[in-house]
Amino acid sequence: MSPLQACLLISALLFAIGFAGAVTRRHAILVLIGIELMLNAANLNLIAFWRFSPHPEALTGFIFVLFSMAMAGAEAAVGLALIIAIYRHKKTSNLDEVKELKG
Amino acid sequence: MIWIVKNLWLIPALPLFAAGIIAVNKQPARKLAATLAIGSMALGFLLSLCAFSATLGHHGEGAFREVFSFNWIQFGGQWMDIGWVLDPLTAIMLVMVTFVGMLIFIFSVGYMAHDENFMRFFCFLALFASGMLGVVIANNLFLFFVSWEIVGLTSYLLIGFWYHKPSAAAAAKKAFITTRIGDLGLLLGMVWLYAQTGTLNFYTPEHTGCLETAALNTMLAAPPVAGFAVVTAIGLLIFLGAVGKSGQVPLHVWLPDAMEGPTPVSALIHAATMVAAGVFLVARVYPLMSIGGIIGAHGVPVTTSLTVITWVGAITAIFAASIAVAQNDIKRILAYSTVSQLGYMMMGLGVGGVAVGMFHLITHAFFKALLFLGSGSVIHGCHEEQDVRKMGGLKKYMPVTFAVYAVGMLALAGFPLFFSGFWSKDEILHSAHNWPVSHIPFLLGCTGALFTAFYMTRQVALVFFGSYRGHEDRSAHGHTAPDHSHSSEFHSHDPHESPAVMTVPLIILAGFAILLGFVGTPAWPWFDGYLTGEEFKLDFSKLAEPGTLGLMVASAAIVFTGLGLGWFLYGKRQRKTVAEKDVLEAAQPFIYKLLENKYFIDEIYEATVIRFNAFAARLCDFADQWIFGSAVLLVKYVTVGLAWLYRLTDEYFVNLGFDTGCEALREGGGGLSKLHTGRVQTYLRIIGVALVALIIFLIWGRKA
Amino acid sequence: MSPFFIITGFVTLLGAAFAMSLRNLVHCALAMAVAFSGIAALYLQLDAQFVGFAEILVYVGAIAILIVFAILLTRSGEAPEKSVLTSGWMAGIAVSALVFTMLGWAVLNSSAIPKETPPAPVATVKNVGDALMTKFVLPLEIIGLVLTAAMIGAVIIALKEDSQKSKSEVGGYQ
Repeated sequence: MSPLQACLLISALLFAIGFAGAVTRRHAILVLIGIELMLNAANLNLIAFWRFSPHPEALTGFIFVLFSMAMAGAEAAVGLALIIAIYRHKKTSNLDEVKELKG
Repeated sequence: MIWIVKNLWLIPALPLFAAGIIAVNKQPARKLAATLAIGSMALGFLLSLCAFSATLGHHGEGAFREVFSFNWIQFGGQWMDIGWVLDPLTAIMLVMVTFVGMLIFIFSVGYMAHDENFMRFFCFLALFASGMLGVVIANNLFLFFVSWEIVGLTSYLLIGFWYHKPSAAAAAKKAFITTRIGDLGLLLGMVWLYAQTGTLNFYTPEHTGCLETAALNTMLAAPPVAGFAVVTAIGLLIFLGAVGKSGQVPLHVWLPDAMEGPTPVSALIHAATMVAAGVFLVARVYPLMSIGGIIGAHGVPVTTSLTVITWVGAITAIFAASIAVAQNDIKRILAYSTVSQLGYMMMGLGVGGVAVGMFHLITHAFFKALLFLGSGSVIHGCHEEQDVRKMGGLKKYMPVTFAVYAVGMLALAGFPLFFSGFWSKDEILHSAHNWPVSHIPFLLGCTGALFTAFYMTRQVALVFFGSYRGHEDRSAHGHTAPDHSHSSEFHSHDPHESPAVMTVPLIILAGFAILLGFVGTPAWPWFDGYLTGEEFKLDFSKLAEPGTLGLMVASAAIVFTGLGLGWFLYGKRQRKTVAEKDVLEAAQPFIYKLLENKYFIDEIYEATVIRFNAFAARLCDFADQWIFGSAVLLVKYVTVGLAWLYRLTDEYFVNLGFDTGCEALREGGGGLSKLHTGRVQTYLRIIGVALVALIIFLIWGRKA
Repeated sequence: MSPFFIITGFVTLLGAAFAMSLRNLVHCALAMAVAFSGIAALYLQLDAQFVGFAEILVYVGAIAILIVFAILLTRSGEAPEKSVLTSGWMAGIAVSALVFTMLGWAVLNSSAIPKETPPAPVATVKNVGDALMTKFVLPLEIIGLVLTAAMIGAVIIALKEDSQKSKSEVGGYQ
């Protein structure tokens, strides 16, 4: 197994764990944590591919990851603001009870 | 073409317009109606005089005949003509119809003054006049038949004028149906004539008409049909029409019942004109009837058709005269007298030719109209009483009516020398005497003349002489006349003379009843010569010829016998009361009963023909109900069944299919909407599955 | 494939697993921080030093703290009474297992994996800064805009409404 494959496997497992938590846990914030883990797994994937790419001096993957992190930060902020707003409105952060879009 | 021939159509058209205008006018416009009707007839009379004068003076060169035709309608490749003809026959009939008609119209103004349907009466009268005049001038089988039918229709309308009386309505229906039987024969004869000769016109300038010698010779050459020569068959069929319209036996039953109509109607239609239309028809188609036979005495042809006509006429004459002897209604006596005289006319046509028959027709028109109008005056004066047993002694109450009635009665009976009836009847008897086939019609004619004198004397004696018997019933039951306006004279139920508007026409008619005789004497046979176009001159020595003189004496003797017998039985020994038995009835009760009940002809018809007709009607009704009705029901059920089937299909196939489809769609939608749980994590799971699927798809796509 | 690498990877995964399965939310946040640190170590091993430090700064330093703050604000510090798992959690586990299987299989059977390690790239801060300002200047500016929008949006969403306004709004819904 090459180092790249090891990295990719780690990132895949990280992604799966994050996904499992996001779709299994009841609390909204834990879903957010799962999403952050998934994002991180993707970033890891990108860095691995950048490192083992033919031309790493182009820094494409590197910059991509930087931007990804920035986006993750923005998204976490907004998501948490949403959770707070929902908590204020419905007095719960239980995702099972937030079913307004049920159709 | 003389202008009168071109404008001959005006004569029937004027009364037609008058009828139309009267029909659309709001009621009541009595003066307008009377003026229009009488005016149109007066104008027609003037035009008829013009036509008459145009035809005069042509004797010697053959008879005058001018026709005018024009194309009317085109069917197939040929044109159908309509036209009219002016010849002596037409002219004399025009003058008679318009003149007598005018006088009767004037009489009706007085007679119907109290009737509320005055306008309707004059409308129908004018319509009748136009129809009758159309019959007279028609040169064309089509126009003739149309006018003939108009005459029949108006007769029905006028007989049933007082339609709320059931007897009047029944009489009108009877008249129409009986004449219809005759009209059927006429139609068949006319259609056959058209088929045989190929033309509808009687006379044409090119001599191609169906009554002209060329066509008749062609018909003579045609092969016989069912044992009859074609001309005989056609002639007899056309004569059937005359039998119906002119009330010959056996289709005479409607005429006496037609007395239910108002008296002017009886005078005009059933004495002077309509019933004369049958005689006129035979006179018109005389060339057809008379061709192909042997020539008898005085150049009169003898053919099968003419023989049949003579026999029918003779039988009718004696038959009706015998019934008239035993009647008690003043109008009924006159009605049977009319039937009898029509028989004489037919007999005259058969044995003596057109001139003989037509002469009696013209004189009869005048004195019969006079008698009917006189009886109308009597009825009016006696407050609508019509039974002679309840009259009597009217001579002193109604002198003018008595005088004119006596003139008419003597003319009808044939009082010698001064009255027209003598001359015209004598002509007939003279020709019958010379008939080569048989002497029986002559004997029947003589017997009929005896009866005629007898019953007319009886009538006049019962009505005008003796003492008035009308008071007896007045006290028993009150006044029954509904529209009597002499309420101021309620204290006296005595009869009264009629107003001048009614008596003046009577006097004019009486004058003609006397004078007309002189145009047809053997000494000066103007009438004969006028109609046939032969030469004649005033020659009194003709009167002294043995055959002529003997016959004149014999007929005078017959008339005097009848008059004397009648006076003896009824004039001298006046009946005192209403209920007293008639002299003849006391003498021969059985025969009297037979005569009074018209030989029970009506009852025989009722039992046979009417019964058969009712049966046939029931059969048709049955067939209609069960056969056609079933067909209709079948169609109905088929339609309903189809509709039910459509509904079924619509409800269960279309609707159900549609509904099921919609249900499935909705359930599908409902099912699909269950995917929207509203829970984010469910969506995430599905996204994960989708991701896996996408990767598999991409990788395998790549690999391939 | 140095042992250091394996240990770092293992720590990361352990942290992540704990982050997803602990009952107490604060413990979960802490485990998440550990996972982020592990990932930063992995970045350092992959010669992406700047990213590794940026990871520590952004994730551990900001996002983890943010999550702790959110836990505080939503009163989720106490242990929950009922189950921590949502309904249908087995489907979720199945799907995630499927995802991992798919990814792992793709990785292991891929033919595009290079066998030898290329030489270490030079990713100094100066190079990163040059790249950002020349080649990637547009995404940089856009990221700036997005961050601004996100900040404003987050503030607006989380803004405490006026008590009167909220009451009237609630009344309006009736």
